[in-house]
Amino acid sequence: MVFVIRRVVQSLIVVLVMSLVVFIGVHVVGDPVHILISDDMTQMEIERFIQKLGLDRPVHEQYFHFLANAVRGDLGNSFVYGEPALKLILQRMPATLELALAAFLLAVVLGVPLGMYAGLRPESPASRAIMAGSILGFSLPTFWVGLMLIMVFAVMLGWLPSTGRGDFMTWDGLRHLALPAINLALFKMALVTRLARAGTREAALQDYVKFARAKGLSPARVVLVHVLKNIMVPVVTVLGLELGSLIAFSVVTETVFAWPGMGKLLIDSIQRLDRPVVVAYLVITVLMFVIINLVVDILYSLLDPRVRLREAKA
Amino acid sequence: MMSLVNRIGAAVLFLLVGTANAQELRIGLGNEPTAMDPHYHNLSPNNSLLSHVFESLVDQDERQRLQPGLAESWRTIDDTTWEFKLRRDVKFHDGTPFTADDVIFSFERAPNVEGSPSSFGIYARGKTFTKVDDHTVHIKTAAPYPLMPNDVSQVFVVSRKHGQGAKTPDYNSGKAAIGTGAFKFVEYTPGNRIVLQRNDQYWGQKPAWQRVIFRGIKSDPSRVAALLAGDVDLIEQVPSTDMERLKKDAKVTISQTVSNRIIYLHLDHFRDDSPFVRAKDGGAIKNPLRDRRVRSAISKAIDRDAIVSRVMEGEAIKAGQLLPEGFFGVSPKLKPVAYDPNGAKKLLAEAGVPNGFRLTIHSPNDRYPNDARIAEAVGQMLSRIGIDTQVVTMTQGVFFRDASTGSPDKGPKFSFILVGWGSGTGEASSPLKSLLATYDREKGMGASNRGRYSSAQVDKLINDALATVDDRKRADLLARATEVAIDDVGIIPLHYQVNTWAMRRGFSYKPRTDEYTLAGGVSKAN
Repeated sequence: MVFVIRRVVQSLIVVLVMSLVVFIGVHVVGDPVHILISDDMTQMEIERFIQKLGLDRPVHEQYFHFLANAVRGDLGNSFVYGEPALKLILQRMPATLELALAAFLLAVVLGVPLGMYAGLRPESPASRAIMAGSILGFSLPTFWVGLMLIMVFAVMLGWLPSTGRGDFMTWDGLRHLALPAINLALFKMALVTRLARAGTREAALQDYVKFARAKGLSPARVVLVHVLKNIMVPVVTVLGLELGSLIAFSVVTETVFAWPGMGKLLIDSIQRLDRPVVVAYLVITVLMFVIINLVVDILYSLLDPRVRLREAKA
Repeated sequence: MMSLVNRIGAAVLFLLVGTANAQELRIGLGNEPTAMDPHYHNLSPNNSLLSHVFESLVDQDERQRLQPGLAESWRTIDDTTWEFKLRRDVKFHDGTPFTADDVIFSFERAPNVEGSPSSFGIYARGKTFTKVDDHTVHIKTAAPYPLMPNDVSQVFVVSRKHGQGAKTPDYNSGKAAIGTGAFKFVEYTPGNRIVLQRNDQYWGQKPAWQRVIFRGIKSDPSRVAALLAGDVDLIEQVPSTDMERLKKDAKVTISQTVSNRIIYLHLDHFRDDSPFVRAKDGGAIKNPLRDRRVRSAISKAIDRDAIVSRVMEGEAIKAGQLLPEGFFGVSPKLKPVAYDPNGAKKLLAEAGVPNGFRLTIHSPNDRYPNDARIAEAVGQMLSRIGIDTQVVTMTQGVFFRDASTGSPDKGPKFSFILVGWGSGTGEASSPLKSLLATYDREKGMGASNRGRYSSAQVDKLINDALATVDDRKRADLLARATEVAIDDVGIIPLHYQVNTWAMRRGFSYKPRTDEYTLAGGVSKAN
């Protein structure tokens, strides 16, 4: 319990510091007024608008105003949409979660077996191919891969829709989901494959695996129970963090596939200098990372009985 | 055998592509609207989309000429009063008849929408609306106001019944989005799509499409790919880099017209010591841009043909004034300044700076097509006549702040800038009033005059024009104001942009100067 409370306090401090950094950051990068207004507006009307948004006040005053509202759960109204920033973000969250979870599943379901195979038979041609593929997955830019996927599967072959999102959990929805999910999963898949391979190679030489074999357990049981369980600790750690980044920063994939999620909202908001949305987005992102980290710590204790959820005594 | 394979192929293709409804139109937008409230944000993407659902008293056709809309006729009944006669056969989507009350309500609502980033106040303020009877409205102004029909064409009429107390979210949800237009609101998912359905009770020509789906696809290559993949039937804002390829593609048709947006250079007319003008040795110099001959030399040193063909890849038309020909109030006399580097050098010598000087051009790099590259081209061309030009480009949020209010006294910061101007009203008073009239905060003149050009003669012609109700006389005055200002090189016009749409073969689009993408303008050959 103490552990959890302590973590929550730490997290609040992180959120506070982050909000300050972001707030100052977005004020330095430009003035949203001239992006939002129409060309025809007169000087007086522009001034009225600036006053209405509170942009004529000094930055520190604006920040305290923001904090005062944030404590009451109000992260401000979007300059562009005129609606609460939080509402805009939550409105688009389901689309992003759908995409991120699909990519996450793909990465795990394909990445772990591929990595284990490569780890068990490091010298086989198939393993070499898997490892070479993972290097490509790492190094090819997401933007380019996304466009190539569209060119091949949507434009040339015409199998799948190029952009947009269908209804959740329908055939049409899945068809729309396929390409962006693959695009987003590729990098994570490569990562998981390499982690699983390294873990498997190490675990395969451990005494308990030798012992299990010597006991006469079937190879399947040795691999699926003894090896798999032990390589999952590093995989879960990394995946936990990666899930956060999948949700928060699928910006490129969402842009390329015109996926109506939070990432697209973020990039649009940055381009239009919609400060409240950018700040609210990052506050939510930090909160999400903090929660995920907490969950990962708890998962550790389940996967590895040696880990206990309490602070080490100094 | 071959035909069997073909037939199977066709069947498979049919299954894969799905049964796209013949009466359904799918459009890929480059910029999505920010709300479904027609009075929330005065911005092209919003006005374009919402004109399907809502209408104004006066309509603008594809070349922005005024046409009867919800008003069947209008006239001045004395110097300061306009009378608008409303159509009698118009019903809102919920069946309630359209009357003068809705008009008056709309003009009261338009300037007062909470949180509006760019309000319609400029079109509604200073006007008094009176209902004469259910189908007659009088609008009074303090002084004669010839632009009344233009202003009125910018404000959509909403239903009073549904609009009372309605806020922007009520329109976004569709609850209050009840208009008189040819399409009814069905669905708005921000960031994803907007669905409209044909209004079968529409008073005017009924559109060919039963259902229209607009999808925002902001990324240029993705928008083009969506068209090539057949996921959308038509896209707007075709990137110039893809034009050559698309023109060759037999499955694609292109539709283009000149835009009401001009790209131009503004110069520092008001400071003797201009911050980004220096002598060749880096020392101070009396601002040579205040000398008409120097400005003229700069204009002559620019090879507009090269900019159009190389930088814009042919997707622009070189400009000699503020609006392309055919628009109200343009001058028939003004032609683009010809490229003449020797003439330019001579003018520099006459002006006492034969060896040129140092200059910095500032430009946004994410606002207009190829903006930064145009600035670079201009920089090189000026360096050729001895004006050593440094090019500085930046994101629009920084650029417009500094260009408008970046100096210590909250004035323009730069000496020489590249900017654009789109004339929403579709006539020449819009750019004249904003770019070339003397800056006057109280009167709202010269709001975007970032070079602070000021000429008593131009001001007088503009003011006369703005007080002349007679269309022919006003057009003449506007043309003369343009001639004087351009002859004085108040700004240096570069080119007009070209608006481009691309669609699947078999579709056609009536291209528009105002960049609007309207389902009513799309037709399909059968």
